[in-house]
Amino acid sequence: MFDIQSFYEAKTVDDAIMALNAYPNSEVISGGTDVLIRVREGRDAGKSLVSIHNIETLKGVEMEEDGTIVIKSATSFSHITNHPMIKRYLPMLGEAVDQVGGPQIRNTATLGGNICNGATSADSASTMCTLNAIVVLKGPEGIREVPVTQFYTGPGKTVRKQNEICIAFKIPKEEYENVYGVYLKYGKRKSMEIATLGCAVRIQLEEDKETIKKARLGYGVAAPTPIRCYQAEKEIEGKKISDPALYDVFAKSALLEVNPRSSWRASKEFRLQLIEELARRGLKKAILLAGGDANGNPFAPMLPEE
Amino acid sequence: MLRVITMKINGKEVEVAIDERESLLDTLRKLGFTSVKKGCEVGECGACTVLVNGEAIDSCIYMTIWADGKEVLTVEGLKGLDGELSPIQKAFIEESAVQCGFCTPGLIMSAVEIVGTGKKYNREELKKLISGHLCRCTGYENILNAMERIVEETYKVVGSEES
Repeated sequence: MFDIQSFYEAKTVDDAIMALNAYPNSEVISGGTDVLIRVREGRDAGKSLVSIHNIETLKGVEMEEDGTIVIKSATSFSHITNHPMIKRYLPMLGEAVDQVGGPQIRNTATLGGNICNGATSADSASTMCTLNAIVVLKGPEGIREVPVTQFYTGPGKTVRKQNEICIAFKIPKEEYENVYGVYLKYGKRKSMEIATLGCAVRIQLEEDKETIKKARLGYGVAAPTPIRCYQAEKEIEGKKISDPALYDVFAKSALLEVNPRSSWRASKEFRLQLIEELARRGLKKAILLAGGDANGNPFAPMLPEE
Repeated sequence: MLRVITMKINGKEVEVAIDERESLLDTLRKLGFTSVKKGCEVGECGACTVLVNGEAIDSCIYMTIWADGKEVLTVEGLKGLDGELSPIQKAFIEESAVQCGFCTPGLIMSAVEIVGTGKKYNREELKKLISGHLCRCTGYENILNAMERIVEETYKVVGSEES
């Protein structure tokens, strides 16, 4: 038996909002793979839980008329990875969430939960930041939209109010069309692992396949919240992929924008090392995926699989 | 609070009174499905793995109330009409993939999900697919041998049906 005060299984989103409103000590539970563990550990013991687990309108992936991809918040990771639309347009996100926990966790855990937990280590978060995803929240006052890059306010803290429910994520067409990327997770083991560091890089090349049109760099565990490195992105936009300084400029400016800490998982120094190296590797991989000849640049890093 | 829910467990519809705070693991064991093992209780060891609507989940971090109206499959549901073991269980025996046996029911249920896809997986892919299970005895080699064997056998059958 879980040590919780009460458990309410909401039938609809509005039903859930009403229940959250009625009990200020209540919190949302979706997949439960984080909440129930916090209950077991005692951190969330005694709380009231409002479940949105079985609300069908919160599940699935859709495309709006203008090409915006909408991922409903309670869609499980395995369903995201296997969804034909994700495979076709957002393979990077499908691959990123395929690195969370293990298979059973990925069958239950949801994208909404991963983001709303507010953890800097969330495997989906850095990718969502590089996609400029928009978080759609619904509360007693109605619906509001917040860019995921402005969603986090501190470790475990977001702008979502206690009585608000994250209902979906929107990914604009210009962020996935012709943009290619990779999420690199560093951990001590391949599965059932919380990222020591996560790095997401997305690149769009000009039609010549030689010039960088758009660059996106995001990190998890490089700061108290998931972050974007806007300066590093700006530094390489417009540059040739053959530029000898490309990788140095990108990785070194990222170092100026991060703020990692030492924890039992890794020291600050090691994280800085990872931040720099993963930026280089991510950039090369993203350029290759975008169809660029990354190997034509002798300063490109060696990838582990090469 | 007590609630009455209906689940289809191993093909049989059951109506059961549960506490809203109960995990599916506790409910299943209470009902006598003791193949479902209580291990870490935080979704790391995989000993409590069952299938809900065909998907493998850790029943220790799954609320029973969520399974209302759904189909649950445990190892007890795998035996044939005459009590015979399933091909997956036989593969585990033939490859000596069992030592103490505590992780085995969970692994078998993941195998059911894996085999159910009808896809062919190589050893590396299988390693990833069973990464939600901890086994402290075997070193995983024989488990992977059993997985490879059953995936291969199923693929042959599915393949021959298609041609």
